Amino acid sequence: MSAPTDTPTTSPATAPTAAPLSARATAPLNAIVTATDVSQVYELRRGMFARPVGLKAVKDASFSVEEGETLAIVGESGCGKSTLARMLTMIETPSEGALTIDGVTITGEDARQLKKLRSTVQIVFQNPYGALNPRQKVGSIIEEPLKINTRLASAERRRKAEQALAEVGLRPEHYGRYPHMFSGGQRQRIAIARAIILEPKILVLDEPVSALDVSIQAQILNLLADLQERLGLTYIFISHDLSVVKHVADRVMVMYLGRPVEIAPVDALYAKPLHPYTRALLSATPATDPKSKGQRIRLTGELPSPISPPPGCSFNPRCPYANERCHTERPELTPHGPTRVACFAVEEGRIEGL
Amino acid sequence: MPLLSLRNLSVSFDTASGPFKAVDGVDITVEPGEVLGIVGESGSGKSVAMLGLMGLLPPSATVTADEIAFEGRDMRQMSGRERRKIIGSEIAMIFQEPMSSLNPCFTVGFQIKEALKAHTDLDRKGRKDRAIELMNAVGIPEPERRLSAFPHQMSGGMSQRVMIAMATACRPKLLIADEPTTALDVTIQAQILDLLLDLQKERGMAMILITHDMGVIAETAERVVVQYAGQQVERQPVSTLFDAPHHPYTSALLAAIPERATERRLPTIPGVVPGQGDRPDGCLFNPRCDKADDKCRTVVPPRQPKSLGEALCHYPLNHPANVSAA
Repeated sequence: MSAPTDTPTTSPATAPTAAPLSARATAPLNAIVTATDVSQVYELRRGMFARPVGLKAVKDASFSVEEGETLAIVGESGCGKSTLARMLTMIETPSEGALTIDGVTITGEDARQLKKLRSTVQIVFQNPYGALNPRQKVGSIIEEPLKINTRLASAERRRKAEQALAEVGLRPEHYGRYPHMFSGGQRQRIAIARAIILEPKILVLDEPVSALDVSIQAQILNLLADLQERLGLTYIFISHDLSVVKHVADRVMVMYLGRPVEIAPVDALYAKPLHPYTRALLSATPATDPKSKGQRIRLTGELPSPISPPPGCSFNPRCPYANERCHTERPELTPHGPTRVACFAVEEGRIEGL
Repeated sequence: MPLLSLRNLSVSFDTASGPFKAVDGVDITVEPGEVLGIVGESGSGKSVAMLGLMGLLPPSATVTADEIAFEGRDMRQMSGRERRKIIGSEIAMIFQEPMSSLNPCFTVGFQIKEALKAHTDLDRKGRKDRAIELMNAVGIPEPERRLSAFPHQMSGGMSQRVMIAMATACRPKLLIADEPTTALDVTIQAQILDLLLDLQKERGMAMILITHDMGVIAETAERVVVQYAGQQVERQPVSTLFDAPHHPYTSALLAAIPERATERRLPTIPGVVPGQGDRPDGCLFNPRCDKADDKCRTVVPPRQPKSLGEALCHYPLNHPANVSAA
């Protein structure tokens, strides 16, 4: 594993150093993740002699996650939420901007510190069928992080694995079985056991329940809530399902075409969504009450191509409130009560009923 | 006369470990122009029942029924040729994965025109005009240009629109939509549901909507069938189902939806849907039901009257005040 390379401007001034433990105990609300103008650019080659095009999957994302809270990241497919997850778990280094996790700036630090950080952040993926190796027994799947990151003896590893199995509601005899012998919900429990075995501080949950049925989804959501309470975990919960997000999150970040467009506490977001995209997203989510068949905000069109995003606000081709300014200037996140929102229409008070 | 009437439809599969009954005695009637929702978890047999009706199951499946009638015509007695005249033109179906339901080797125009070629006597020019008209109707921009597009050049939402154009090409009287929006984003899902309902109203087309999403059911269906492990456990109009579910499974399913939760912990249904090897005696839901007693574990439950949602249960919930215990 080589040290991270080519990171353009990493100013250490923006990266707060790790708070001493005593301070953390007195002030539980402490940013454990801070992202400052983080971007991820992928190079696309289209044809042998064509110039490669830069695709900015995430653009200038700035946000922070407090210790012990659940930050939900929502948006449609292609909005960059999974790219963000890959950066937070250090699968990829951001190509621009600074990302600080647990006091360590992951761009430009030495490899040893990064390795320690990797056991601080763990991830649970969407599809539990694809995330587990069918040739490995459950025991060795769960023990693998220990093998790589610690020097524990095998008996000790086994004890820890069985403890993790118990923690997620599976039985010790499941240790020697293969993944195909389990249902989707149980497999997701195995994936969670693997994620918590290194005692991480942060769990990135990339659509952890979207592949599951409603009744199983409820079981997994309860398990995640239990673990968060017992182990004091910080969750970054990525989802497209707004009703699940409402249930689990403390704060919500709505993304559109690689940029955060609204960051708000969960109550404020659902009571009074500000950004036109958030409003459309909320009204498009079917309500489980036949009597509340309300007026839906119809969004026309689809997500524009991220290779050539529209000038100005990237939501302007689908926005009912867009005017001249939205087509030329790009709005920045500005505070609006407890919410931070990137929209000129909100800023200028052009939206009725706000 | 109902448009479609199925009585006691069962589908069983031959597997290495013996026959497996995926659908067990399902009754469905659809009136012209109505929207019927079928809801259930994966493995409840909701898709298999409809695939059985369409004749799309593999040879290892055996479909039996007391009645399969479309507009009063008995489809069990029909020859393959007669059946194919109905299927694809009068009954059409769209599937969950629009990307994988389209053939990647042919243009979408060709695939839409293929349905017209099989079921109408339009000439080449007529088929092309009709295909453009259909693509317009389902909201595909620039239809003339899109006719020669390949499926990989279209997004998920656009592919599903093409599927809907193909399915509605012959003005079907019944459209079966099998999880039409599950693979799509919420804003696109809203667009596709609106489109389906507009087409349904405009043409007086009946629709069977199969889904696992209670929200989609609440927004679209008029009547709902709740399916569990191959059986219909409850049948109710949508307006009353969400307030007064009669079967414990329906009630538990509704309670597990995060949106309806009042506390941080969601009420859950313990266990999983029974598979081939572990089908319980008596009521199929008894191992997961908190109200189950010895009767539920031994005696197959009766079908309750209409006022109790035709629930398949010994102890239905939410008794209406005017009905004494059944």
